[in-house]
Amino acid sequence: MSAPSLTPSKTGNSLEVQPRSARPGPQGGRLARSLRRNLTAHGFLVGAVVCFALFSWYPMVREFLLAFQKTEDGTVSWVGLDNLVTVFNDPAFWQAWRNTLMFTLLALVLGFAVPFVVAVTINEFRHGKGYLRMLVYLPVMLPPVASVLLFKYLYDPGYGLLNEVFDAFGLPAQQWLQDPDVSLLAVVVASTWMNMGGATLIYLAALQGIPGELYEAAELDGAGLLRKIWHVTIPQTRLILSLMLLMQVIATMQVFVEPFLLTGGAGPEGSTTTVVYLIYQYAFSFNNYGAAAALGLLLLVLLAGFSAAYVKLSRAEDE
Amino acid sequence: MTLVSALTLTALAACGTSSSKDDDPGSGSQGSGNSDPAAPLDPKTKVTISIDCMPPTAKAAELKEWKEDVAAFNKTYPNVTIQGRSTAGQCLEPPRFTAMLKAKSQPDVFYTYFTDLPQVLDNDGAQDITAFVNDKSVPLLKDIDPNVLNSLKRDGKLYGLPTSNYTMGLLVNRKLFQQAGLNPDTPPRTWEEVRAAAKKIAGLGNGIAGFGEYSATNQGGWHFTAQMYSVGGDIVDPSGKKAAFNTDLGKQVLKNLHAMRWEDDSMGKTQLLKWGDLQKMVTTDKLGMYLAAPDDIPYMVQQLGAKYENFGMGPIPGEKNTLAGGNNYMIKKGISADKVKAAVAWLNFKNLSVGKGQFDWARTKADNLPVGIPQPNFWLNESKKTDDAARVKDATMPVANFKTFMDNPVQGKAEPPKAQEIYKILDNVMSGVLTNKDADVDKLLATAESQVNQILGG
Repeated sequence: MSAPSLTPSKTGNSLEVQPRSARPGPQGGRLARSLRRNLTAHGFLVGAVVCFALFSWYPMVREFLLAFQKTEDGTVSWVGLDNLVTVFNDPAFWQAWRNTLMFTLLALVLGFAVPFVVAVTINEFRHGKGYLRMLVYLPVMLPPVASVLLFKYLYDPGYGLLNEVFDAFGLPAQQWLQDPDVSLLAVVVASTWMNMGGATLIYLAALQGIPGELYEAAELDGAGLLRKIWHVTIPQTRLILSLMLLMQVIATMQVFVEPFLLTGGAGPEGSTTTVVYLIYQYAFSFNNYGAAAALGLLLLVLLAGFSAAYVKLSRAEDE
Repeated sequence: MTLVSALTLTALAACGTSSSKDDDPGSGSQGSGNSDPAAPLDPKTKVTISIDCMPPTAKAAELKEWKEDVAAFNKTYPNVTIQGRSTAGQCLEPPRFTAMLKAKSQPDVFYTYFTDLPQVLDNDGAQDITAFVNDKSVPLLKDIDPNVLNSLKRDGKLYGLPTSNYTMGLLVNRKLFQQAGLNPDTPPRTWEEVRAAAKKIAGLGNGIAGFGEYSATNQGGWHFTAQMYSVGGDIVDPSGKKAAFNTDLGKQVLKNLHAMRWEDDSMGKTQLLKWGDLQKMVTTDKLGMYLAAPDDIPYMVQQLGAKYENFGMGPIPGEKNTLAGGNNYMIKKGISADKVKAAVAWLNFKNLSVGKGQFDWARTKADNLPVGIPQPNFWLNESKKTDDAARVKDATMPVANFKTFMDNPVQGKAEPPKAQEIYKILDNVMSGVLTNKDADVDKLLATAESQVNQILGG
């Protein structure tokens, strides 16, 4: 396909677009007309396209290339699948995936369900909705690092508030983040508290869009609260619930900040090592950008696969 | 937000990973100097060099000294322009440093840790300066500890000039020692003594820990290595291909830590600690002792408000070997020979001249900066005598508190190969014994051994 060339027209107030070779055929003419018609719009797009190209698409291409390259003694060489083999052979590889999947699962149970329940509850209040909305959203306004450090103090086995409360009720002190069996759950709880405000507001907006007649009709049919939620609320918010589920999975699979700050990344006996923390370690602790890119690629493939499967399933259901 | 980390790192790396072969030191020379690399810089040569880790404005006294040194240097070399770059906070942060090397955006003269050499060379980042460094360009070269210089060599080629060195010892909180009825002038010299002293200090109550250790962010592995060295053990065998810590010595180290944490309850309940945590604890009199290099002390005084009088140091308990390391400047590969000569001349003046630059202790004292910390101290022979005497003469702290450390030097030992990757694995061993009362030491070591063997074999 010949590349169109942009040349100033004689009038100077528009650009003539013509293929380099050959006269414009019917198709080329349509393209030229279309481009001419939308020239201003295209002009506005240039900035965004350049930014995306430079800061999103090019790094993605570079990441793909890096995953198959190695830099040693200043020489960049193609190493085929060596980086993937290195990543697969890393003793922390499977542990990181196990932890990440477990984190995602726990985050869905807590982080997906809790905001929905909270939104439904707030929606049931006749007064003070605005005040409650603000309360729920407040943690989102805190800087993430401050929130995480707050939880670090709460969880501290020496002087932490949680153990003080346990002590007041005569319960034994817990290790929380320092217990390999509990640390991941503790991180999920902190993460849910930090992030649930945004999801709750979105659910609330969706809930408020449900026509009141539907609830009235359900009430007339004798439905209680749970049946109203099951037969009215959930079907009516299905679209937004689906979208939030997809976004939540994509976000939680990339968890990094919370374990990095709460447990130093790896946690007791590696119990909070996540895939993105491992990527960070490869790149910035071990100077192995190839392995970091290879693992990043694996995560990308997994998430893209998940998203595609999810979209396909949703469409199939709709049909 | 897809793959934030991976993409960020690639964005950082994107600027340049291609191989550079512009490595002839003589190429691109813009000056008028002698083309013989062994000849020192001709003062008539007009050249500009950029250099990082100039003190930031927040460190007013250090910045003043830097400027004074540049002015003094320019009296001899009026045509050399030193372009200093400063960074607020920690000058060398490994993640940023790694990205800088990938992007080849390091200045002409750049600051590194001794352990960064393999990484720098893999990225083709440093100039071989062997031919440029001799007794004319660095007159006190013969008095620099060869162990320190060897840390900056590969295959006999020199890639950097030291600014400081350290060996690890036992840092003690003198106030807590006294309160616990211990003599702070005679810090524990064996691990049995450490355990006994830690128990007494923890007995003071009020959440005070007797002994502290790291167990996160690869620093647990770093300190496990230090403890192994201290009892005569090793992390990797001489072939560099096999782990060497799953031994009786390794078990002894871990069992001692486990006993202090769980039987004596002398290490505090909060674990997964990393660099910065122990320093805060000891500054606030919540910690009796921990393994540290002497340069922790000025950090705690200047940044955390501690007092010099409150600290003392002894050699690392066990005293078989001690982890050694340090910092240095390297010179960017591919810059002109004149720039390399100017860089060597500046580094010699600033960092390698007794009585000048960083070793001008009288000025350091006058600027209210600390004098009397035992390290950096990479001098030998006459240079050492002169420098030691000047430190004592201008000391701003009770140097007697470091006497046990100074009088009992322990043989320094470098970090193992693939240090960070091994430390990541050994973090699990440290966090295992410090967070799990029922930790199985044998299993932890065996698992770590097979994992490290995998890393070393790969």
